[in-house]
Amino acid sequence: MRSLQDAAVEVEHLSVDFPLYHSNARSLKRVVFGTVTGRVAADARQRVVVQALRDVSFALRPGDRLGLIGGNGAGKTTLLRSLAGIYEPQAGNVRIHGSLNALLDPNQGMNIDLTGRENIVLRGLYEGLSRPEIRCLEEDVSAFAELGEFLDLPVRMYSSGMSVRLGFAMATAIRPQVLLMDEWFLAGDAVFMEKARSRLESMVRGADILVLSSHVLEVVQNWCTRVLWLDQGRVRADGPAAEVMEAYLGHPLLPAGALPGKGLEPL
Amino acid sequence: MTTSLATGPRQANFLELSPDPSFGAREQRARRDAVEAIGLWRLCWTLAWLDIRLRYRGSMLGPFWLTLSTAVMIGSMGVVYAFLFHMSLREYLPFLALSLVLWGYLGTLVGDACATFTAVEGSIRSVRMPFVLHAARVVVRNILVLAHNIVVIVAVYALLHVWPGLRMVLALPGLGLWLLDSFAVCLLLGPLCARFRDIPPIVGSIMQMAFFVSGVIWKPSQLGGHEWLLAFNPFFSILEVVRAPLLGEFPSHLVWISAFAYSLALLGASWLFFLRVRGRVAFWV
Repeated sequence: MRSLQDAAVEVEHLSVDFPLYHSNARSLKRVVFGTVTGRVAADARQRVVVQALRDVSFALRPGDRLGLIGGNGAGKTTLLRSLAGIYEPQAGNVRIHGSLNALLDPNQGMNIDLTGRENIVLRGLYEGLSRPEIRCLEEDVSAFAELGEFLDLPVRMYSSGMSVRLGFAMATAIRPQVLLMDEWFLAGDAVFMEKARSRLESMVRGADILVLSSHVLEVVQNWCTRVLWLDQGRVRADGPAAEVMEAYLGHPLLPAGALPGKGLEPL
Repeated sequence: MTTSLATGPRQANFLELSPDPSFGAREQRARRDAVEAIGLWRLCWTLAWLDIRLRYRGSMLGPFWLTLSTAVMIGSMGVVYAFLFHMSLREYLPFLALSLVLWGYLGTLVGDACATFTAVEGSIRSVRMPFVLHAARVVVRNILVLAHNIVVIVAVYALLHVWPGLRMVLALPGLGLWLLDSFAVCLLLGPLCARFRDIPPIVGSIMQMAFFVSGVIWKPSQLGGHEWLLAFNPFFSILEVVRAPLLGEFPSHLVWISAFAYSLALLGASWLFFLRVRGRVAFWV
């Protein structure tokens, strides 16, 4: 039934604010004594809020590959987290049809005190997999991550390369219809990228909708058909990849083949 | 090549997030959260079990350290307080064993409830998971600890040849109440402590005070004619509604009524609070 359903992402006038609880403002004292002296309203208005996203709207259909670009703090990660349902919006709507996988955090909530195998089982249970499916997942992840006997040791004993491999293998083992990806997943070293590339590409190809946030413009250029330029939480431009990226860079794009760097194949 | 695994069946086929602030919409979202958590019961069970295993990883006795340390505490306190209170061990020790084990559950649960969400901030920020699941993990973990400690009570009863009789089954409604109350405490204190970081120490000192005034180590009958006053202490009523039947006694009507009334108030307050703040927890942790 799921396969018949078309994937879709709809975002309408999405706004997300981050309350910044100053070490003082966060404390109970402020609120209690604020009430006593009748300054609650003033306090509430004085609350420092970071406007992470402002009035963002767009809709994606199957086949869409959206790249999010913009400087640091433009709201790219917040937008991905909102799409993943982690941050609930204060204003506007987010609608996602289809199964979703968000590759946001290299650790994906891994518990470093547990063994690699236990973390894989937890991940499988989270995805609602059955026992045999979890065994499949274990095999797949351990084959890719090449952890050998380390799979039964706590993740905190892993070298950083090993835990990146484990996190990546787990995150990419389950293929969704809607794939959200933060730039971290493209930030491995050259050797790792070589190994990860085909796995990532087949996952991206398998997804109906991709939303990718990246600083690496050649990745966006190669993988995305559409680009959303975020600037201080607002949509600065939204349109065909080349057009928006030229506006963002302020000069014409080089042909994809001429770009150095990650060597990611165009899809 | 990647795996043959298809899409995970758990993931929502349809996710709609809107900030509709009406009571009905908030309630519906909170209920959906709870239903999703029930669907993930295997994950919850595994998380709770791994929490305990992790605490005792590499130790020889494992979780049975819990049992042993409880036994040692009950044994030593039992001798001292039986002497202080001029009671025989046979009379006092079953009472103390039961009280300490049950209070151990209540006290630890309330303490853990404060960290329901702050302890898992990493996973809250990286994957969407029902918030009720984090509460369930805390509750299940504490029930597993309680199960390890029940061994001590059984041992004390067997050693002293005490048998509370069939009245024990009267503890069942009380235990059901405890289960609901446990969830309520997590859903109330979890978000509150994430928002206001001063609350956990306050809760800690309240629980310490409650330990001494709720008749955990002294028998309610020692108060003489003032026993009825205890019904004004929610901790006492809620403890007594389970403890009395397990000692073969029948809790007074006052205890029954007050325990149910306090629980109802707690459940209502916590559900209203939870559905109000559920969407904000991810910003607070």
